[in-house]
Formats: sequence, structure tokens, C-alpha cells
Amino acid sequence: MTKQPKSIEDLKSWRERLMSKPAGETVVRVCSTGCRALGALDVCQAFEDEIEKLKLGKKVRVIRAGCHGLCAGAVAVVIDPAGIFYQKVKPEDAEEIIAKTILGGEIISRLCYAQQKDAPISLKKDIPFYKHQQRLVLRNCGVVDPTSLEDAIINGAYQTAADVLCNKKPDVVIKDCLTSGLRGRGGAGFPVGRKWQFARASKGQPKYIICNADEGDPGAFMDRALLEGDPHLVLEGMIIGAYAIGASKGYIYVRAEYPIAIEHTELALVQTRKAGILGRNILGSGFDFDIEIRKGAGAFVCGEETALIASIEGKRGMPRPRPPFPAASGLFGKPTNINNVETWANIPRVFELGAEKYAEIGTDGSKGTKIFALAGKVQNTGLVEVPMGTKLRKIIFDIGGGIPDGKEFKAAQIGGPSGGCVPAEHLDIELDYDSVQKIGAIMGSGGLIVMDESTCMVEIARFFTDFVQEESCGKCVPCRIGTRRMLEILTALTKGTASQEQVELLCELGEMIRTSSLCGLGQTAPNPVLSTVRYFRDEYDAHVNDQKCPAGECTALTSLHVDEEICRACGKCVKVCPTDAITGGVKKEPAQIDQEKCIVCGNCVTACKFDAVIKK
Amino acid sequence: MADQVKLTIDDVEVTAQPSATILEAALASGIEIPHLCHDPKWKIDPSSSCRLCLVQVDGAKSLVTSCSQKVSNGLVVRTNTDEIRDIRRLVIELLLSDHPSDCLTCDTAGKCSLQQYAYDLGIEESRFTSQPVKSEPVQDGPAIVYDKSKCILCGRCVEVCHNYQVCGVIDFYGRGFDTKISLPPTQTREQSGCEECGNCIDVCPTGAIDFAGAEGLGRSWELETTPTICPYCGCGCTLMLKTHKGKIVQVAGDPKFGVCDGMLCVKGRFGFDFVNHEERLTQPLIRKKGKLASASWDEALDLVAKKLIRIKKDFGPNAIAGLASAKCTNEENYILQKFMRACIGTNNVDHCARLCHASTVAGLARAFGSGAMTNSMEDFEITDCVFVIGSNTTECHPIIGSAIKRAARDRKIPLIVADPREIELTEYSEIHMQQKGGTDVALINAMMNVIISEGLVDKKFIAHRTEGYEELRKTVEPYTPELAEKITGVTAEDIVQSARIYAKADAASIVYSMGITQHTTGTDNVLSLANLAMLTGNIGKPGAGVNPLRGQNNVQGACDLAALPNVYPGYQKVDDPGNNEKFQNAWSAQLSDKIGLTIIEMINAAAEGSLKAVYIMGENPMLSDPDINHVEEALKNLDFLVVQDIFLTETTQLADVVLPAVSFAEKDGTFTNTERRVQRVRKAIDAPGQARVDWQITCELARRMGYEMSYESASAIQDEIASLTPSYGGITYNRLEKSTLQWPCPSSDHPGTPYLHKDKFARGKGKFHAVEFLPPKELPDKEYPFVLSTGRILQHFHTGTMTRRAEVLDELVPQGVVELNPDDATELGVSDGQMVKVSTRRGQIKIATRVTSRVAPQTLFIAFHYREAPANRLTIAALDPIAKIPEFKVCAAKVESIKPQIN
Repeated sequence: MTKQPKSIEDLKSWRERLMSKPAGETVVRVCSTGCRALGALDVCQAFEDEIEKLKLGKKVRVIRAGCHGLCAGAVAVVIDPAGIFYQKVKPEDAEEIIAKTILGGEIISRLCYAQQKDAPISLKKDIPFYKHQQRLVLRNCGVVDPTSLEDAIINGAYQTAADVLCNKKPDVVIKDCLTSGLRGRGGAGFPVGRKWQFARASKGQPKYIICNADEGDPGAFMDRALLEGDPHLVLEGMIIGAYAIGASKGYIYVRAEYPIAIEHTELALVQTRKAGILGRNILGSGFDFDIEIRKGAGAFVCGEETALIASIEGKRGMPRPRPPFPAASGLFGKPTNINNVETWANIPRVFELGAEKYAEIGTDGSKGTKIFALAGKVQNTGLVEVPMGTKLRKIIFDIGGGIPDGKEFKAAQIGGPSGGCVPAEHLDIELDYDSVQKIGAIMGSGGLIVMDESTCMVEIARFFTDFVQEESCGKCVPCRIGTRRMLEILTALTKGTASQEQVELLCELGEMIRTSSLCGLGQTAPNPVLSTVRYFRDEYDAHVNDQKCPAGECTALTSLHVDEEICRACGKCVKVCPTDAITGGVKKEPAQIDQEKCIVCGNCVTACKFDAVIKK
Repeated sequence: MADQVKLTIDDVEVTAQPSATILEAALASGIEIPHLCHDPKWKIDPSSSCRLCLVQVDGAKSLVTSCSQKVSNGLVVRTNTDEIRDIRRLVIELLLSDHPSDCLTCDTAGKCSLQQYAYDLGIEESRFTSQPVKSEPVQDGPAIVYDKSKCILCGRCVEVCHNYQVCGVIDFYGRGFDTKISLPPTQTREQSGCEECGNCIDVCPTGAIDFAGAEGLGRSWELETTPTICPYCGCGCTLMLKTHKGKIVQVAGDPKFGVCDGMLCVKGRFGFDFVNHEERLTQPLIRKKGKLASASWDEALDLVAKKLIRIKKDFGPNAIAGLASAKCTNEENYILQKFMRACIGTNNVDHCARLCHASTVAGLARAFGSGAMTNSMEDFEITDCVFVIGSNTTECHPIIGSAIKRAARDRKIPLIVADPREIELTEYSEIHMQQKGGTDVALINAMMNVIISEGLVDKKFIAHRTEGYEELRKTVEPYTPELAEKITGVTAEDIVQSARIYAKADAASIVYSMGITQHTTGTDNVLSLANLAMLTGNIGKPGAGVNPLRGQNNVQGACDLAALPNVYPGYQKVDDPGNNEKFQNAWSAQLSDKIGLTIIEMINAAAEGSLKAVYIMGENPMLSDPDINHVEEALKNLDFLVVQDIFLTETTQLADVVLPAVSFAEKDGTFTNTERRVQRVRKAIDAPGQARVDWQITCELARRMGYEMSYESASAIQDEIASLTPSYGGITYNRLEKSTLQWPCPSSDHPGTPYLHKDKFARGKGKFHAVEFLPPKELPDKEYPFVLSTGRILQHFHTGTMTRRAEVLDELVPQGVVELNPDDATELGVSDGQMVKVSTRRGQIKIATRVTSRVAPQTLFIAFHYREAPANRLTIAALDPIAKIPEFKVCAAKVESIKPQIN
């Protein structure tokens, strides 16, 4: 730590001093946030033990970095400066990696990424998952040590904010933001510059800014990854925004289920305050601003801005009607601007590149990049950052590596639990805010769940409806009662007991909930239902008319049978059956499934090497 | 009207206030938009949760809720499109899918909004197959019953509880379809802070929250509704008495009329049982052979007339005194004082204002020329600072208490509280000055010392509007905050801060009550507050003022109408020859110009034998007056005591004749509330038995004594009042039908006066009175080491005659307690709830303890409502030399543990 930088020049010279340290060392960047669940910290420890044992401390350094993005490859390790990417690394691999790769310059192909049955790829930049991305916001995620301000500074943190604070007037900052065309990444896609303009023009002091880190969509974790892996980027964006709006206080509302994000952000706040980058007279600019963390209790609805504000105020997190918009009367009744983590993280990039340059990325209506959380039936699950307008097909097949096990793509659910399910006919859609809306989905926070032929679309609609009806805050009638009634009809459908009239009522109700709910949660809640009815009506009809589930996923409508001709009586299915429903299967006697006992879990289907178990 | 907004709703051009919502504008123009979760008639924020009031606004991306969307010029609104109708139908269908169809037996049928909209939209049943979950109603306290299955979670009760009442007991819990309302509260009553105001009942659109006591007693179309005024504190809230078969079944608020936005407190809402109580007096009683026995009206009135004539003849008119009543109407008080003055010929008339605000009347009249609350209750919505001293507002004036809490919490205005106890308002205050009882003058003088020394005075106001500043300046000079700290126990820093906050506010309001007035220095205290207000120019403008809160429904009116020994109606002095002549002419009688006796002086005169007869209308000095052992001796010493009341009381036990009168619900008249607002009281039911209206009894008595007093109606009495009382000159029953009027209202076209002393004080210039600090009469010593203070609690009123007979209220707080600091409890070895003996030099009582840090160490607090443990056996009759008010707030006492009997 050096003495507090009092000006932009101080900051620059501090950075220069930090960067002047001898180069040439090897850095092992272990994803220690997302991969932690698979033992990343043990991997780090194994590397460090080995380094100590071999007394390589001056030549090799381990960085407990943030998320590398390719979650399918956890624990993921990048070795720089060579740029080698190893996946599925275990602690016991550390010794070999150091000996062979770091000291010996040899690639361990076992640990390399390979697309299907292609040859292993050793360099990160060559892996299709990375090659087709444009990692603008995630640039330093997985690179920097998120617990070190110095490391962040070396990688350019706060240079942009310093420049803005010292050289740009607030209204110019807002103008640039408008020019950049940046839209809010939280879901609704409202132009950020306009939102800032409203908050700046609003009368009332103090003004607040809020960073919405209440990332509630199951499956979406880009905000989490950013706070965990590059918290200073988010803080830098907030400093610029606060300066533009004239806010003196900021809040980061982060869900308590993100302990690493909270830990790293808290640490980052302490460090920046100590360094004079937050607090009074930031970098000698005369601008005062500080940030506080508020933890949310994990209510999905608290991602809605008015509910979030109520929650920070200590009230029950429930949305309220707008107007007044938070820009006019928000937190504690004062002008307030809310953006989500990814939006704030885009801000430094807008000013680093310059607004015009930034606006060159993306489509006419949607500028910049978007991070998607790729999940479901796709090979390369993880975080993907691409320019707005990238084709869905490119994300799923080029970056995502396609559908595993040779199955057929069926649909992609875009926008989290209240997004819509898009069928194969739309694979060539260029994803941006407007195009996604047109086909019945939403950008949401960027959740992207891939489904293959074995997914029942009625069941998927039921599953997501179950989630939103449970997460409804209970305030408005359409959402509170309506989503429950939708769930009841969907449940009846999956059991084959619903009528066509009920499907019609389901659609009528869905439309009504969409147009009449109080907040975004309710207004988007029917999307899974309405989009699946729109694209997969035949599946609904099969459930109603034939009491059949074509995908074979609805257990009440599906039964498993063994084809005696094919069965080789290997006994594998008998072993995996949790309810002892399978008899025979040994001593040349074909297996038989007791339909009374069978719960259609499908274990036997997976276990059978001869495809003898058939769904009916 | 120039700033009205024009908009189009369903092709009709409509005008509205700019602050109106589309819903309000539509309803005002006769365009019905269904609305369940919000009703603009209630002063609570819209939650926009039912979605029934969605409308289409041209140019808007989506439908908007008309309950929350404000109007604007040129707005084009459609309320009845196909899309909107479909949404409404589905909303109702969804609600019905989760609501029992039990309209046949539901108490709310007929006034249920859900039922109404289902009817309007022709929805017989929901298309959803799920069955509503039936649940049993739950009742937690004595009054409120909650039926979850009827609840549509509109959230009105949550809004009213949080945002209006500032209680925050009711809330949502759970999520999604399983969201519930937290009724009954999950905590105990004390923990939850539920005041049992019952406002949640009134705002509930489906009767999910209801009054348990009204169940099965009649449905909306069977009940008659009579708007009238609450008989309890001086707030003067409008009550809607719901009556059936001659009985009050339920009380509701009136959101459209009156001072309280339709919100009531626990007493106003649930304190009505006494009216229909079986112990009501139904016929006159005459004491025969030591016992009260039934008699006819003729018998009783003849006896009273004969006795009074005889005593007047033998001992002169001044041997007779009358006590009027702050519970009775203006007309009845006027008639009683007229009877005493014109028929008997004495000014010996007083009433219980002597025991509460005599020092206000004396002090403010001296300083400003008028002894009433200067500003209005609605000013709490605009004031910039409230200084509450000696008023436990949330308990004694709950509606005003809520208004102050809202101002502090929602508008974040500074609230300063000076009170020896940690009253509820201290939770909302910026500073709590916990002064020692009876040290107010030192405290206020020190605040003024700071204001003067820091140059925070309003020089222009002092120069143009006041006199006597120089003397005040000299007097407060020695009262440094440091000196005051020694006297009051409040830190110098708190005094300095409070002074600055008060002085720097644009419009600061002083609120006070008995904590200021019930002292031997009561008048001095009031004068000091008047000084403070004038010093900073905080008088004669909206949001400011010196605001005494009057404790009885009509104590202001009883004073105004001269139930006082020194003035005629409208505070016209009796010793002024001009006034004397005016009233002699008007009343055709010889009037005395000698100032009469005050209450305590009457008691003393009775004790020493110079007073022979007392006529008491609706008062109970045997519980309300200080040192009641002495009162008892005095009343027993009288030759003749007549008591006119609705119940047998501690005082009727000593009476020679008891005359049955009627309650507020059985008569017409007017009450004047604490902010000088004259409001109509209306007869809702017939009086029980032979009970008669007070003014009719008095008139009948006068006639039998040879002085003709006869009026056709209460309205006719008001006409006479108006002709003789300039401040009431413009008030007629006709005007009061549609409005309420704050005096002064000198002429029939005068709109009334929301705040006093605008450009000129009633006495011309405001007068500073230099006041020195004097200690209370009786301070603690070795033998009596505690300071005892008395007062009220939220659930009960005065001597309990009414509230102790109200089932809900008595069940809520059935017994009196002495509040004792935990340190003292430890020292004495007594635990919470244990019985102790509290004694003073005048008497002793046995009472249960409540160990609480609400009271400071070495201080005690006892409410005086309980005949089982009458606090006034302990209090001292030491009087303020000017106002003759007793020092209820400070006397020396001791507490002794009562050891459990060991057999």
C-alpha cells in the first residue's frame, strides 16, 4: 500500500510503480469462486505446497482468481503467461502440472479441453468456448486477484473513473452514456443514460444509487461472478454513476446466499476507502461518495426495484406502483438510481473505450456485450459474453459445444424462470432486447437454458410456474392467486387430468396476469406457459387428448418397459432401481418392471447399455 | 379553481384537483371504477394490489392503476374497454376461487365490496376448480376477530396500522399464494404494541376483520347510523353510531367528515357499552332514612327546589354552588351556569376544567388574551417542529399522538419531548428531556436563555407584536443551561440542542397538557411556554402556536359557555359592570358581580360550613379531585347535595337527591373540541327509563324555583348563546349540519378561525411574563422518598364511570398499577405485579406494581381511573395561586411491600 493517491497523476504513478515489479514469473490462476464447490481451494493449496516444497516462490505464484467462465470444466486453471487452460483439475494434479508444464513446458493433454472427440486444445484462446466470445466486461474476471486492490490497479482499475471525475462534467458523462446506447442489463433494458438523466434532474437531497446484486434467477450467476471475481470493476462503475447523478451514497443490495461476493466486495470497499478512492474528496476531485452493502434474504421479488428499495428501508420486500419512479422518489423518498451489477460493470468499459467506440458493438437498438449463463442440456455450461446480436445458434453450438449425447436440440429458455421457451426455428435469431421480446421471451438477466428432445415442455412450464408462484410476494391478485391457479392446471396437465377448456383458461389467465400484474415478476410469470403453448401446442394436446407425454418426462403419463428381445439380462438395471421394481435381469432371464413399484425415475434407461428399456 | 386539471374519462370531460388520482376524479364525476384494495375515502396510500381499478391511458405503454395514477391536463382515460372488463372479471373470479361463498350468513353481507363487484359483474362462481380453504375465525383480544378465509389480502389493514396509526402490528407474512396477514399478532399484546384501535375493522372491505361484539346483532341494512361526536378526550372525533333496536351495536369512523379522517382510538370505538349498561339510572332517587329510594320526577324536583329556596333564603345565594360538566353539551353547560347566576344568584359555578386546564385559561389569557389552543390539529401535517412537554399524547389524545408520530416518522420533522416519563413519543423524538417533575419553568427559562444568548430570537416579532421583553430577558439571564441541569436533571447539552431546534424551525408547535398545568406553578408554566413561542415568533401562523390539549370531550365548551366562577359565556368578566348589565338585561335577573368559588374553594367552604348546598351535573369529585378523604368530609358536611348523572357514582353515594340524566348518544347538542371546533352531537337512541336530558332537568328546576327557563330544543339554546357570546355569534345548527366551525366565529358568514392571533393578539400585544422557578409544594423527604405523579392511560378515561363499564376496555386493562422503576423495585424487594402499599401524608392505597423503566428512579406513576385503588386518596390539594388548580403531578409518597400473609 502506498500513501493515498490525491490526484489522477498519483494514481497513475502508483500504477506504474506497481507494474515495475520484475516480470517473468509464472502465474497459476485457479478459479476459486465458482469452482470452490468442486475443491478449488484444495487445488490452490496443493499448488502452493508444491511451490514451497520446490522453493519456487519467486518464480511461480498462485492467484485465487474469479470465475473463468467454463464451468463445465471446473476446477479450471489458467497458466500465464503461456495461456494454458487446464480443466477438471484435482489437487493431486498440481505436482504434475508444476513439474511437467510449468518447469518442463510440456502440455498434459489429459487436462486439456476437447470438443466431443476432437483433439485436445491447450491454449485458452484456441478453445471455441473462448474464441467466439468478446469478453469485455469479464475481461479481468478470472485474471485478477479479487482480494487485491493493487492487482486490480495493475489491471487498470479506477483509471477510467479518475479520468471521468477529474476531466468530465457530470452532464457530459450522462451524454456519453446516452451516446453509448447502453441499456440496463437487469432485464428491462431501459437506457442507462436516460435513467441517470432523470435522477440527476430530480429535486431532493441526498441522492442515492443502488447496485442491484439480488440475482434471483436460478441458473444466472454473472452478477455473482463479477462481484466475486472483479469487484473493483463494479465499484468503479458506481463511482462514475454517482458522480454523474450527484449521489453521495450508494448501496449494494446483495443476496446473503452470495457469501464470497459479499466478502470480496466488503474487502474491496475497505481497500478503496483506505486508498482514498471512496469517501471524501475522491482522488482530489472534490467529489464525496461512499458505498454500503445491504444483504437481502433471498426473495426473488427483491430484484424488482421498488421491492428492493423497501427491503433496504427495512420493510417487507414488496413492489409498489410506479410512478413515482425511484428517480423521483426512491430510497427513503429521495431520488434514487438503480442499476444491476452487470450494468455498473459496463460503465468503466463505456468510458475506457469511448462512447462512440462502445456503440459500435452490438445491434442498432442494443449496444455492447451481454453475458449469458449457459446451462441445461449443452456441453459447455458456464458464463458467456458475446456482442448483442449474436445468434442463438452460435452461442449454443459454437460456444456451447452443442447438445451432449447426440441428442436433438428442442428449445432454449431465455431470460430466467419467467423467460420464454424458444424452439429450433428461432435458432438463428440475433439476440438482443427487442428480438427476444418479439419471439415471446425476455432478455431477463441473461439466463439461457438449453433443452433437448427428452424435455417435456408442459413439465418445463409447470416447473417454472411453480418457481414464480412460490416467489410471488403475494401482493397483487393476478400474481398471488393467478400463478397458483396456473400451476394447478399445469399440474393437472402433467397428470393427464386436464381438459381443453382448462388449457384455454390457462391461456386466458396467462394473458391476464401478463397485462394486469403489479410488477415485472407477475407480468413475466406467464412467459414459460404462453411461449410453450405458442410453440409446442402439440405437446399440450397430447397431454390432454391422449394422456401422453411425448418426451416421456411426465411420470404419471409414462411407463417403462423392457424389450425382452433386446435384454441381455446383465442385471445393471436391477442394481440402479431405487424401488426394487425390476425383477429378473439375471441368469438369462430378461428383466421385468413392476409398474406398481416403478416411479419412472429413468435410472434403468440410463444404465442399460443395450437400450432395452423403453418409455411408453 | 384556476389550477384545476381537465381530463377526459370515457369521452366525458372532467375537472379535478391536480393532486387527485384518476380514480378520485372518476368517482367525483359519477364514473364508477371498481376498487377493492384502496378506497380514496380513507387517508391511506394506495397499494394497487387488487388490479380492479386498472384503466387505459392513451399513450401509456400498459394499463395503469387509477388509484395511484395522478390526473394531468389532457389525459384521455378509458375505464371500460373489453380488455379491462375481462381483467376485472378474472380478478373477481380469482378472489372468489379463494373465498367462501357464505354470504347467506356473513355479517358483512350488504356492505361487502367483493360481494358487490361479483354482483355488478354477474359472476356467480369461479371457473377454477380448486376449493377455498375454510378456516375458523380467530380472536385474540376482546374486540377484534379475524377470519382468514374471508381475507382478500388487500392490505388496507396493513396500511392503516403502519402508515396512519403508526403501530405496525399488522403485516403480511409468508410468500406467494400462502401469504397471510399477521392477525392475531404473533406476539403478546404488549410486545406487539397493538393499541386495539380497530381501524383495521373499518377499512376491511370484506369483513375479514370484524368487531366480535357485533357478531349476529344485525347486518348493514338493519343498522341505523347516526353521526355524532366522541364522548371521551378533546380530539372530538366523529363517531358513526350503528344502532339496532334502541341499542348501540358498533361504532365506526366517518372518513368523509370531521377531524380524524375516520380513524378512531380504542376508547372511541369500543367504549360505548356504558350507554346501554344495566346500571344506568332510570328514575330519580331521594335519600330516605339514609338510603337512596326511587321517587317520581315531581317529588324529586319539588324537593330540590324547596331545599334550594330555603337555603338561599336562610344563608344567601352564595351558600349554594353548582358544578357543571365537561362531559355535557355546550347547551347544558350554558343552562346550568345561567341557572346558578340568574335563578340562584351566585357565581359559584365551576367544573373539572379547574382540575386540568385552569392554568391554561389563566396563563394564555394573560399572555395572549385568549385561553385556548391557538392552532388546529391538521397543522401537524405542516409544522416543521413539535415540542411536546407534559403531554402523553399517544395515550391521552391518541389521534393527535398518531399525527405527531406521522410527522416525525414520515416527514422527519424534529420532535422534542420533555416528560419525566419515557412515554411512547420518546421513541420518535430527536431529544427526550426527562426533567424532574415540577421543574418546567427552569427548563423553559434555560431554553430561552440559549435562544437569547445565541441570537435566535425573532426580533421583528418581539418589536412589533409583544411587550415586556426586556424584563423577560433579565429574568432568564441567570438560567443558564448548566444551572437548569442542576434543577431539572436534563443535561445542559440537551437543553441547548432543544432550544436551537425549536428556535430554528420555520414553524414550531408547542403541545402540552396536564404535565404543565397540574402544578402549583401551573400558570407560570403556561406563561413560560407562551414566552417561548413569542420569543421565536412561533405564534399567529399555521403550523406553530401554543397548543394545550384538552382532556374531555367538551371541556373547551364548558369553559367557553362560562361554567367558570369569574366569567359569563365567551369569557366576559362578571366583575365588569358593562357585562353585568348586558346579561342582567338578557336574562331578566339580578346578577352578582362577585367572582364565585372554584372547585377546591367550594370543597373547603363546605368543609368549614359556609357552603350549604351543591348541585352537581355529571361530575364525580369523589374520584376526580385531589385528597378525596378531605372531599368526602366536606361533602358530608353539606346540608344538601344534588347529583345529576347517568350512573350511581362515588359522589351519588353522598347525595340527598339523584337525578337520572342521559348519555351523549341520547341527546342533541354541540361539543367544542380542543381546537375550538364546535361540532354537532346527535341523538341516536332513546334514553332509558325516565332519564331526562340535563338541560331539561335544569330548566324544570328553575321553573319550580320561580325563574322561567324554557327552550324548544338545544338549537334554540344555541341561538341564545350566539346572541350573547361574540365568539359563538355565527354558529347555528343549520351551519353545523354540513360543517364544523372553529371559534371565533362572530357572524353567520364567518368561516371560523383555524389559528388564533394572526396579525394581532386577542389582548392587543402579546405580553411576556418574567417568571421565576419555584419548586413544587411537597418534595420527597426521608419519610416519603418518592415523587408521585398521576394521569391517564390509553384504554380508560377519567374516573372510569364510562370506560370501566365498557367490556372491551375493562378487559384490556382491568386493574390499576403503580409504575415503579426496576432499581427501586430491587431495593424494595418487590417484583412485577406484586401488591404494594402506596401512601402519602393524606392517605394510602393498595395497588399492584408494574416494574418499568418508563418512570425514572424515585418516581411513581398511578392512573386515577380506578375506584379500587383511587390515586386521589394520595394527591395533594396544594393550589396554583392564580388558577387554583391542584398539584396532581407532584407529591411525596412512599411504597411498602405487602408481605404475603403467612398462616
